[in-house]
Amino acid sequence: MTRHVVATIDEIKPGGRKVVTIDDREIVIFNLNGDYVGILNRCPHQGGKLCDGVVTALITSNEPGQINYARPGEIIRCPWHGWFFDLRSGQSWGEPDRIKTRNYNVAVTGGNELVEGPYQAETIEVTTDQQYLVVET
Amino acid sequence: MNIHVSEAEAKKRAARIGLAIADGDVHPALPKPQAIYPYLSQRWRDHMDTYGMIPRHQYQAGPAYPKGNPDASRRDSYPPEGGRPGSSLSFMRAQHLDPNNVELGILNPLAPTPGNAQNLELSAALATAMNQWQLAEWLEPEPRLKGSIMPPYEDAAASVEEINKWAGNPHFAQILLLSRTAEPLGQRRYWPIFEAAANHNLPIAIHAFGYGGNPVTSGGWPSFYIEEMCGHAQCCQALLASMVLEGVFEHFPTLKIILVEAGFAWLPALTWRLDKHWAKFKGEIPHLKRPPSEVIREHVWLTTQPMEEPDIRRHLKDTWDWIGDDRLIFATDYPHWDYDDPIEALPIRLDDEPRRKLFRENARTVYGF
Repeated sequence: MTRHVVATIDEIKPGGRKVVTIDDREIVIFNLNGDYVGILNRCPHQGGKLCDGVVTALITSNEPGQINYARPGEIIRCPWHGWFFDLRSGQSWGEPDRIKTRNYNVAVTGGNELVEGPYQAETIEVTTDQQYLVVET
Repeated sequence: MNIHVSEAEAKKRAARIGLAIADGDVHPALPKPQAIYPYLSQRWRDHMDTYGMIPRHQYQAGPAYPKGNPDASRRDSYPPEGGRPGSSLSFMRAQHLDPNNVELGILNPLAPTPGNAQNLELSAALATAMNQWQLAEWLEPEPRLKGSIMPPYEDAAASVEEINKWAGNPHFAQILLLSRTAEPLGQRRYWPIFEAAANHNLPIAIHAFGYGGNPVTSGGWPSFYIEEMCGHAQCCQALLASMVLEGVFEHFPTLKIILVEAGFAWLPALTWRLDKHWAKFKGEIPHLKRPPSEVIREHVWLTTQPMEEPDIRRHLKDTWDWIGDDRLIFATDYPHWDYDDPIEALPIRLDDEPRRKLFRENARTVYGF
């Protein structure tokens, strides 16, 4: 297990996103109102870059004429064919059992804890007074 | 908006594809509607400013069915310099032609489609303008791209004039119609267009969409965009049946038709049904001497996007075999939202030869490049 420091917590505002590259793999980190989550920046359907997608909600219905609008801000649509993915689980809404994009845990960690290592942070300078986003791979 | 087309990434992709490919459906766009004005006379510029182009379906604010994505496009396809997706040649090269190793891209401009204009004189002026625009801004600067002669197709006489103007110009690969015409396409009013195409040995591409003035499904106006998307199959079945049964191919035995962006899995079932009825109705259509399936097999090609994606993938392969692997032409539909990626889109494994046919040879045969 390797820990990668990818950003300071201030860098991604609520509703924001950032693409980071870990071991040649692009991962998009999202701030869901204080919860940080990561998904692989590649749609499993045909490879569209999910970071360009629009974030929306789960719009479901129990019967014609009735609508549930749930979890706004937590569902992303692929910029190409419009597949829906749950940002928290990586699961697709279209075919949840079969189609899923890989998701990553993003931990908020204090710089004082990180300086003890081990971690990788090629482009980020870590100081003890800051809070960081750390992805485990 | 992030722009993800580094040169290194593009080279890596092109190497993965290996083969130089043909793309039967690329959509160039005007950066804004007024970008066509340099190719229109002042009379028509004034007309467009004052009245606009009244389409045959009568809704003036845009397509009758809003698309699945803004401007029907991939959200990553907006050119960095601004303008509509598909309006920048340099960005099309960087995002599509180079990384996907496209050696032959067929342009199918859609907006405006001259044939959609209710005013036939405007329709003819727009046709000439769109053809000039393609030549000046796309075809002369980029030899990998070949254009479509766009005729004002609801006016056959004007269409023949327009086709004669451009036929023989090596920058143009085909004549472009949209599928939803005012009347079923096999009817006599369209025959002069077929005659001109046959005389010049130019294939006729029929791209899904368009506004002929009829509802977008045979049952009327549906409620949802998804119904419009699925409706292309029925629309293309109707136009193909019309062309075959009216005797278009008996009369123009060298005519080549390419159906673009309507899917293809529906074709075998249509030919089975046509053949079944033809055997019993020879008295109604005595001019049709051969089973419809045979006529279609000889005269019709189809582009593959948007490809059907059945759960059991071999069903797609069966369909492929029934249609014939020499009849299917790969297409991406770049930059539209339902784009088929040349590396990822094909849900079945093809051997080298059918693969070469799909990605290059069939296009070279039908377009003559």
